[in-house]
Amino acid sequence: MTDLFKLLEFGPEGWGDEIAAGAWLTIRLAVATVPFGLIIGFLVALARNSDNRPLQIAGNTFTTIFRGLPELLTLFIIYYGGQILLQKLVGLFTDTYVEVNSFVAGMVALGLVFAAFSGEVFLSALRAVSKGQREGGLALGLTRFQTLWLIVFPQLWRYALPGIANLWLVLLKDTSLVSVIALNDLLRMTNVVVGATKEPFFFYAVACAIYLLFSIISSFGITWIERRSARGEAKTA
Amino acid sequence: MIDFDLLARYGPRMLEGLVVTIQLVAVSIVLGGILAFPVALARIARWRVVRWIAFGYVYFFRGTPLLAQVFLVYYGAGQFRAELESVGVGWFFRDAFNCAAFTFTLNTAAYQAEILRGAILSVPAGQTEAALSMGMRMPAIYYKVILPQAYIVALRPLGNEIILMIKGSAIASVITVFDLMGATRLAFARSFDFQVYLWAAVLYLVIVETLRRVWDRLEQRLTRHLKMAN
Repeated sequence: MTDLFKLLEFGPEGWGDEIAAGAWLTIRLAVATVPFGLIIGFLVALARNSDNRPLQIAGNTFTTIFRGLPELLTLFIIYYGGQILLQKLVGLFTDTYVEVNSFVAGMVALGLVFAAFSGEVFLSALRAVSKGQREGGLALGLTRFQTLWLIVFPQLWRYALPGIANLWLVLLKDTSLVSVIALNDLLRMTNVVVGATKEPFFFYAVACAIYLLFSIISSFGITWIERRSARGEAKTA
Repeated sequence: MIDFDLLARYGPRMLEGLVVTIQLVAVSIVLGGILAFPVALARIARWRVVRWIAFGYVYFFRGTPLLAQVFLVYYGAGQFRAELESVGVGWFFRDAFNCAAFTFTLNTAAYQAEILRGAILSVPAGQTEAALSMGMRMPAIYYKVILPQAYIVALRPLGNEIILMIKGSAIASVITVFDLMGATRLAFARSFDFQVYLWAAVLYLVIVETLRRVWDRLEQRLTRHLKMAN
């Protein structure tokens, strides 16, 4: 057993640095995905909440597709499809071979899935903010954008937060799928280490422990943010 | 648009893959549902140790990626081949489908146990007390009073869990199971034609949407006695 833990050491003999590098990429990927997914998700929610029929249909279709497809399939479609699309675009100008960056492909695919689910969360949050708030803003002479940004959004955020926090925990786990498109995340680095050491059970257990650690840390962060976002609410007892 | 030669060559194999996907999900959901019941009971048991063990189980399976769990079982079992052979289950873990079904079962059991636990706790304590005062014993109370009410509460989240499992089952393709995703990856590797992925996407969407609609109907029907009269 002590021999196994020796394998986890940092430095040339141990595999600790490889696993740490993978874990670091997993964090970067998850963190990079969130803003992208949140912005698209919010736009999707606005589209579905609008009075414009074509926009509604577009929003609903987006949600149905990316909520219903397996995340792995979405990833492949973005990765291989993006490759073909990009090659065709570049092929219009030059003959050079281009390759889709797997980090970007992973970020886009996970971001679209995140957007589909966060769109649902934002939609119900939008509906939870009463209509009078928006009408009040417009009556005060604010533009539609100002009403949305200054009046609706700060209130909506509080309703959306628990749902978004859940999606973050799901996203952390879904990042593991990018290991299949050869991006060196935590799980793929673990695969590499297992290939070299022939100790699959131990190292996959270590990887699982690291993922667990990430979600435990996230839970603390989430509690902190939720408390902070609720500080404006009157504490009546 | 659709390449019919390609469809003739790989379509049947993808449909076989679809059948494998459905088998995988059906086995996991049913066995996981059975396993979820004792786990949910353990989560609300009187003994602290039992509660902790169940909590650890649920936390592990909900907090780690399904893909990592699949690797842990599939490659981990390879490492302990001799030990597994000696207890007579070596043949089971040699097959990738079995390993996937085994992992998915444990995984969905954890999720279903949480759903079930919430649903059981949502049944008012007065129901149990009333049944006890009528002289019923605990197993009968669960079977006749608590579970019928709990499963109605659990119906919607259970439907979501089945959909998550259908989507998650695509992961089995990574350990060489030829489910719909596996058959599609094979077709792509041989033909280099991107449209096979789009066919698979349509198939997955059709299954998920069908299930969602059937489940809505089922819920409407099972809760019709709870609707207000007007």
